[in-house]
Amino acid sequence: MNASRLYAPPALSLRAVAVWRRHFLVWRKLAVPSILGNLADPLIMLFGLGYGLGAVLGGIDGTSYFAFLAAGFLASTTMYAATFEALFSAFSRMHVQKTWEAIVNAPMTLEDVLAGEWSWAASKALAAGLCMLAVVSAVGYASWPIAAAVVPVVVLLGLAFGALGLAVNALASGYDFFSYYLTLVLTPMMMLSGVFFPVERLPGLVRAVAEVLPLYHGVALARPLLAGELPPAMLAHVAVLAAYAAGGFYLATVLTRRRLLT
Amino acid sequence: MKREAALPALSARGLRKRYDGTEVVCGVDLEVAPGECFGLLGPNGAGKTTTLKLLLGLSDPDAGEIRLLGEEVPRHAREVRARVGVVPQFDNLDPDFSVRENLLVYARYFGLRSREIAPRLPRLLEFAGLAGRAESKIQTLSGGMKRRLTLARALVNDPQLLFMDEPTTGLDPQARHLIWERLRRLTLEGRTLLLTTHFMEEAERLCQRVAIMDRGRLIAQGSPRALIAEHIEPQVVEVHGPGLEAWTERAGALALRTERAGETVFCYAADAERVLASLRAHEELAYLHRPANLEDVFLKLTGRDLRD
Repeated sequence: MNASRLYAPPALSLRAVAVWRRHFLVWRKLAVPSILGNLADPLIMLFGLGYGLGAVLGGIDGTSYFAFLAAGFLASTTMYAATFEALFSAFSRMHVQKTWEAIVNAPMTLEDVLAGEWSWAASKALAAGLCMLAVVSAVGYASWPIAAAVVPVVVLLGLAFGALGLAVNALASGYDFFSYYLTLVLTPMMMLSGVFFPVERLPGLVRAVAEVLPLYHGVALARPLLAGELPPAMLAHVAVLAAYAAGGFYLATVLTRRRLLT
Repeated sequence: MKREAALPALSARGLRKRYDGTEVVCGVDLEVAPGECFGLLGPNGAGKTTTLKLLLGLSDPDAGEIRLLGEEVPRHAREVRARVGVVPQFDNLDPDFSVRENLLVYARYFGLRSREIAPRLPRLLEFAGLAGRAESKIQTLSGGMKRRLTLARALVNDPQLLFMDEPTTGLDPQARHLIWERLRRLTLEGRTLLLTTHFMEEAERLCQRVAIMDRGRLIAQGSPRALIAEHIEPQVVEVHGPGLEAWTERAGALALRTERAGETVFCYAADAERVLASLRAHEELAYLHRPANLEDVFLKLTGRDLRD
């Protein structure tokens, strides 16, 4: 594959829908345990920390700590749902089960497969995000109708982290490789993105780092929206997430082509 | 229409492919006629699978031209793959799906709707010998069943040409014979078949023409019978047992050509009677007398060294 084909922008086609539908059909068989598995961890953390730590801390930035944390966890749960799908599940389909290989023997391209994986990772993120939203709303911390605007934020987060995850997947030698990304990239990102505490209290340099992280922008959008307010600098946050999604998918496409087509 | 029928189903000229500085396909030319069953033979690592990938447009050649069903590859690879079926070397059926779901989901990759493929399912299941197993899980199928399902899956789009990468590797004789039976059926239906194999018996039975590939090059091409006639004496006697050395020294000249491989001597002759007469006088030696086959050609051309 010559350089111009390797670095060409991905040619997207509706054929990718067939890949998405394949994943959906598999998921339908395992939907309940899959949703429970996605949500148990963040919900236990949310209720434990939210009520426990909340009782010690009292309020934060004029709201209850539970409400503060709920918005952060909504964003981080979305991030992890997309990430796990794009790392472990995609890797198993690419490398272990050879599902991708079977698909590209049909009139499908690698871009179709990647776009199917990408949209599927975002769908899983959406499902997780909607469940979190339902729980947060049920305990009274979602201010409708503006809180509904969290849904597109969840989709953007899913696309951004799905794309980044697929790029990491293209570099993976095995499942163990993903722990580098999870512990060295995502865990610090969760600490720096205002999930647990406000970023504004951090030193300037750390804050500058935080502001380039995609999760930071997701939290910055989700928190005011859940509280029923329009976020300041809304378009800038959206633009950063969109850039991560588009740039990440381009990167994933090039890296996957390099891995599988050359 | 007539002109089109005269065009080869597949042609490749000067195909080259390099991986990490090593050339694995080094100038391959081949042509497959419509309706033909063509075998690509070669030891492990000869470049067969890479050649298939190039022909399907799944990998770009460094040099060379490919025409598949009249279309230029890789430029029109996606379009032409709609008329092609592929049986990969390793099973990649969807383990989460039933037999039926595997076929339905695969048909979607060809843009076929469920209601278009559903009426054809019974025939595909019958072809795979899986009638009544539509709802079975993949894990419950035997190796032979999985292979036949993979073959049926390659037929969901009613392809004109089928690529098969080692279609019977790892199967027991019963399962292998059933696959051969099915492949004959496909040829009778007028489909073109290109298969890779290292079972010479398979190639001899199924293929009108074969090409022997070694170290990225095609080193011989022709009908199995013509290749045998060209490269090997018609009769072969394989001899082993105590006293082999002494016997070979005295009786070797009775054959046109002898070859020693470890503890066995291969005697090649136009008429083996004199070799056999000598062997009858040596009861300590065991022997096997048989007509020359494609495997003899293969081993003569590619050598007896192990390829791992």
